[in-house]
Amino acid sequence: MNRSTIDLWVGVFVVMGFVALIFLALRVGNLASFSTGETYQVLAKFSNIGGLKVRAPVKSAGVVVGRIVEIRFDNESYEAVVAMDIEQAYRFPRDTTAKILTSGILGEQYVGLEAGGDDKMLADGERLRLTQSAVVLENLISQFLFNKAAEGKPAEK
Amino acid sequence: MQQSPVLELQKPIVEIRNVSFGYEAARPVLRDIDLAIERGAVVGIMGQSGCGKTTLLRIIMGALAPTRGEARVLGRATGELDRDALYAMRRKMGMLFQFGALFTDMSVYENVAFPMREHGGLPEELIHDLVMLKLQAVGLRGAAHLTPTELSGGMARRVALARSIALDPQLILYDEPFTGLDPISFGVIVRLIRELNDSLGATSVIVTHDVQEALGVVDYVYFMAAGRVIAKGTPEEIRASPEPFVNQFVNGKPDGPVPFHYPAPEYGADLELAGA
Amino acid sequence: MSRLASVRGQIERLGSGLSSQVWRVGFASRFLAYMLLHSGTALRRFHLTIAEIYFAGVLSLVIILVSGLFVGMVLGLQGYETLQRFGASESLGVLVALSLVRELGPVVAGLLFASRAGSAITAEIGLMKATEQLSAMEMMAVDPVARVVAPRFWGGVLSMPLLAALFSAMGVFGGYLVGVQLIGVDAGAFWSQMQAAVDLRNDILNGVYKSIVFGIAVTWIAVFEGYDAVPTAEGVSRATTRTVVTSSLAILALDFVLTALMFTGGNGQ
Repeated sequence: MNRSTIDLWVGVFVVMGFVALIFLALRVGNLASFSTGETYQVLAKFSNIGGLKVRAPVKSAGVVVGRIVEIRFDNESYEAVVAMDIEQAYRFPRDTTAKILTSGILGEQYVGLEAGGDDKMLADGERLRLTQSAVVLENLISQFLFNKAAEGKPAEK
Repeated sequence: MQQSPVLELQKPIVEIRNVSFGYEAARPVLRDIDLAIERGAVVGIMGQSGCGKTTLLRIIMGALAPTRGEARVLGRATGELDRDALYAMRRKMGMLFQFGALFTDMSVYENVAFPMREHGGLPEELIHDLVMLKLQAVGLRGAAHLTPTELSGGMARRVALARSIALDPQLILYDEPFTGLDPISFGVIVRLIRELNDSLGATSVIVTHDVQEALGVVDYVYFMAAGRVIAKGTPEEIRASPEPFVNQFVNGKPDGPVPFHYPAPEYGADLELAGA
Repeated sequence: MSRLASVRGQIERLGSGLSSQVWRVGFASRFLAYMLLHSGTALRRFHLTIAEIYFAGVLSLVIILVSGLFVGMVLGLQGYETLQRFGASESLGVLVALSLVRELGPVVAGLLFASRAGSAITAEIGLMKATEQLSAMEMMAVDPVARVVAPRFWGGVLSMPLLAALFSAMGVFGGYLVGVQLIGVDAGAFWSQMQAAVDLRNDILNGVYKSIVFGIAVTWIAVFEGYDAVPTAEGVSRATTRTVVTSSLAILALDFVLTALMFTGGNGQ
């Protein structure tokens, strides 16, 4: 076969291959939602993080504003310390509440931020004071059973 | 050691001195071979299959190094050359393989142009003219656009010959050039070997077991058996040789020093006649 | 006594078989090193490599695209079937994309590449050896490793990651066709859940790295088997079979090793 025909086909092949890679990166992966901009880091302590994982999203009002970058155990307070990178474009008051929430019943867990009313904004490296831990199903069930049992007792008398 | 070109020209182009070779020390393939091939000659190395003539050819082309002795080709000892020096030497050599060994993914034209492209850095117009010149020499200029699969065996051999003389070699080696050719193709190849040798001022070495055919082409013959040179001389001398093996071989007698029967126990014993 | 002797004979055969395999691995490594050192021609005269990308890549395109589409469609069907039992059919996109990008893309594309392009490379080089084309080249003072083997190696190595990416992309599209168009999973959930769960570095790039490793392994095995083939018709056919078997095993074994390295080390908490 002619050399220029081969070159043409190889060119088509290479372009297709790179289009596939870009498709995977943009449409399948999260490169598009991946901000390349500056971020600042905020810490939060939780008594229980449930199934939260590194790289899980940080959302406020349902919008992704950042990502979890590190999860470690604090040996002093016996709590989990979660570090999250929040995009510079989004500012939050210092009394913002961080909650560990679940998308749907079986979905992945994320950190939800609820803005407070403070005038001062969070700065890099600061810690969120108000946190709410993950809802653990076992605790929920045992609480429910306990309440049921407590309701039942007066009726027996 | 630099020698003057004149001296170089007077020396034999291939000089094999006392060469022995074996893949294992216990079973030598070649034993104490001595031969000298003069410039301009067409020399035949003949013998039965398995007598070591192909091994000798591989030593001449530098693919194998002799275990003992020295093989000097184009003035250099092949055993001591590194890859680059060996390749530099091979540019002055051409080789015709048994079945041509044409590159099947290229046209006839590209095949002949291949060595020029790989080494030349020549402009495309010049390569075109050279390829046409070489193909004209073997009478196949009209087949330039064909692919090797479209060629007959004889034509393929001629194209391969055109390719092996592409770089105007000083030494042309032929490995069984007559195998499987019809009489016409055979005649063409025989004529080409002689013509190309004389017109290029080259030296040719033909390794073959087709003794009768080859004796008509060559100027001088080395006859090999069991790893040794057992006879040498002009074709007339070989034809008249008193050596029984040569005699059997040249005349194609079925029995002689090379027996018809493979060594076996007594025929009667194998048929269990002894007890009867 | 004879039993002992036969056991001993078997052990000896095993030992010699093993040592010859080890010897082959050593030879193959030396061959790879030599080929890499003599890759100058393949890279300088890049049209040689481009021609091999054509044979390894472009000619494998149809089988890769069609297989990718079907694998994705099957994933869509099976995944939906399983996920809807847990009421999580919106996660179909995640399932399809992750299985393709992490595993099936590189592995299945690699296996197809081994049987389509790898076997062709072995057969071609083996045949060139059997018909003395490689010797002829050497006699023309052209190194066959540099002129014939290295371009095929680079052509294969460059083609494989692109083929794997095309396979994955086609598979995601197939999953989308079945999941969204046919079954009726919500398109928004399909894509957004996929995008939320598939990570560029941990999933997509690791998949690409895998395909690069597989490409090197398959092409290396293919060119070596061709170059090392016994120069007869039977020898070439054996070498071709060995290429497919060895490179398939190599892909699966390497896949395990790479997965263990990539997804347990990097993704943990």
